[in-house]
Amino acid sequence: MCLAVPGKIVRWLDHDPTFGRAEVEFAGIRRICHMACVPDAAEGDYVLVHAGIAITQIDAVEAQRVLEDLAILNDVDEEHAL
Amino acid sequence: MKYVDEYRDPRLARSLLHEIRQTATQCWVLMEVCGGQTHGLLKSGIIQELEGVVELIHGPGCPVCVTPAEAIDFAQELALRPGVLLTTFGDMLRVPGSRESLLTVRARGGNVRLVYSPLDAVELARQNPSQQVVFFAVGFETTAPATALSVLQAAQLGLDNFSLLVAHVRVQPAMEAILQSAECRVQGFLAAGHVCTISGVTSYEELSARYGVPIVVTGFEPVDLLLGIQDCVAQLESGTASVSNQYQRNVRDAGNRHAMHIMSDVYATADRPWRGLGTIPSGGLVLRPEWRQFDAEYRFQRPTPTLLIECADCRSGDVLAGRIKPPACESFGTRCTPESPLGAPMVSSEGACAAYYRHAPKSGPHAVSITNTGR
Amino acid sequence: MTAAGNQYSCPIPEAAGERVTLAHGEGGRLTRKLIAEHLLPALGNQILSSLGDAAALPNVAGPLAFTTDSFVVSPLFFPGGDIGTLAVYGTINDLAVSGARPRWISLSLIIEEGLPLAVLDRILQSIAMAAKVAQVEVVTGDTKVVPQGAVDKLFINTAGIGEIVAPAPPGPASLEVGDELIVTGPLGRHGIAILASRENMGFEPPPHSDCAPLTPAVSILREAKYPIRAMRDATRGGVAAVLHEWASQAPVTMQIDEAMLPVTAEVRGVCELLGLDPLHIANEGVMVIAVPAGWGRQVVSLLRTLEVAAQAAVIGQVISQKIAPVVVRRALGTDQPLDEPLGAPLPRIC
Repeated sequence: MCLAVPGKIVRWLDHDPTFGRAEVEFAGIRRICHMACVPDAAEGDYVLVHAGIAITQIDAVEAQRVLEDLAILNDVDEEHAL
Repeated sequence: MKYVDEYRDPRLARSLLHEIRQTATQCWVLMEVCGGQTHGLLKSGIIQELEGVVELIHGPGCPVCVTPAEAIDFAQELALRPGVLLTTFGDMLRVPGSRESLLTVRARGGNVRLVYSPLDAVELARQNPSQQVVFFAVGFETTAPATALSVLQAAQLGLDNFSLLVAHVRVQPAMEAILQSAECRVQGFLAAGHVCTISGVTSYEELSARYGVPIVVTGFEPVDLLLGIQDCVAQLESGTASVSNQYQRNVRDAGNRHAMHIMSDVYATADRPWRGLGTIPSGGLVLRPEWRQFDAEYRFQRPTPTLLIECADCRSGDVLAGRIKPPACESFGTRCTPESPLGAPMVSSEGACAAYYRHAPKSGPHAVSITNTGR
Repeated sequence: MTAAGNQYSCPIPEAAGERVTLAHGEGGRLTRKLIAEHLLPALGNQILSSLGDAAALPNVAGPLAFTTDSFVVSPLFFPGGDIGTLAVYGTINDLAVSGARPRWISLSLIIEEGLPLAVLDRILQSIAMAAKVAQVEVVTGDTKVVPQGAVDKLFINTAGIGEIVAPAPPGPASLEVGDELIVTGPLGRHGIAILASRENMGFEPPPHSDCAPLTPAVSILREAKYPIRAMRDATRGGVAAVLHEWASQAPVTMQIDEAMLPVTAEVRGVCELLGLDPLHIANEGVMVIAVPAGWGRQVVSLLRTLEVAAQAAVIGQVISQKIAPVVVRRALGTDQPLDEPLGAPLPRIC
């Protein structure tokens, strides 16, 4: 089961280990999501949400690195194309 | 949408396609494990773009499709019992059991409600103390932490009207079963990225080493899928076979320890029949004995399931095992369509047959059935 | 209770209180009271208030358009509208896209016993307001009350009559290769609003329906005398259903571009979370328009002068028949078939 969507933590509501919840924003809407699996994520961080529960915190540095690598690849290709 | 739109960038996708074509000297056979990946590959057109370069075999990664018909039948039976509210994901509603789907059961008075999250079902139980709320828990390791958490929450709230009908399955044993099969053609795996957010990467190392296949943790957007394919092809071309992670923004090597802790608190692994594939050793999860009071099978005395024989005209078992592509089934698109499915993979939009039916070119008119929404 | 107690217990049926009862639908005193105290104050006009068995309509010159529709939406109230606004706009939009100026509508209420009268009043107010905005009159009606469970709270059936003030667009059979395809607003808002509120999905802010009259958009195009090949409000099944229907009536393929589809941030977020495609989701204030090649940009800029069509956009074109009746240009720049909607869209987590 694989539909998981990245959202930004707007604010923590409860830090309880079982009932931990935060408000998470997805494009134009927000929903309360359960945070028991990502207790260390902070407001402003992005988490991947599946079936109402955050399953992982998104690594912003890693994401940036991949996109930068791809941009270089893309530039090289465009040079080839010219 | 951040972390989505960047990975749908057509320019990046094009240059990756170019790279893959440059790298491959022969047509490699890869299996994408997850149905969400099948959907993404077909929807974006990657499959056609890479024809002759990479052949993609669609794996068993549609948990809805592999849920045994007996489990669906029992869920239906519960939905018809007075005082029971059966909740589940929208995906499960159209899947046929041995006779009908939950949607038809609801039409004849069954109490079925779709929820977005199992934790919403806990909330329903809290608000409706006079009803027995059952959550029909299907899904891979991605979903199991959410359902496990629902048990922990229900226990802390002291709810005696919440239970799970557990049909969770585990991906890795299924991959192993595929590799063990004599007619296996798979040369490399695109592992299911969201499953790996929970279970991690390292657990695949033994499998990769034992069978000599590259296993690449892969995401779902076009750029993610192409990164996974590129890595897999590069490994095959260089004669290596290791585990690598092309979904590092979301997947840590060790997985999510909080999630795994919650899961192992609540669930134990067990042998489990997969629809169309037969029983897979350690292929599923069951509630641990200490949580028995939250087990719908125990609470409602499920009769010992009898294994049902699937319809002879439906080759979903072969499709799920990657032995054939959906159009190779004689019933595909004729006797078996999303409107009247013979097998589960034609039902779920993640199922390989439905994905092919939706996205593959076709000719001729097909039946329409529109139920009322929003008027 | 004693016999005397029974004898003297209040015999007045109004004691049934604040709810609609079966007696309200049986044609007697309570029916009259319902009409006089609830329906007429909200909707009354010269024609309706005569309470004849049929409405006597004034003479009109020229041909008429006639349509009917039923409304069974649950919940009755949703962000952006309710079953009353929906009934009026749904009916007049069908007339508008047929080239007619909506004039009169009928209103049949099928009420489940037990519906609070206050709820009925609120809906009647919405109907009155929507009729005023759309410049139509409710001229005839009927009320039935059915036992609990026979309908879900309230169903509404309508008919609408409009004057055909300009020839209707020639329709999908006239579509030609090169024609441009336009939508008048962002996709899927109504269906998402209904799904979110019916299933109590907990989204904030709650997604709003686009429920609105299309008459201003149709009139502005008519007045500008722009050439329109086909026009259709994209209700159930969304834009995908309209495009499939059109493709079935001409030997052409509809090609749309994913990147050009207008979608609000709230619909985008919900669709990503629930695994839905905005192309398949119902609208109640958006239509699809086909215009000859080269007219798209002009038509869109005119439409954008209206509030209801501020986000109008060209979304694709008609091409010669290809692999599928409707194709979408997706991320890789290749055309992928778009399936015809099958039943109500169900949220998924797979």
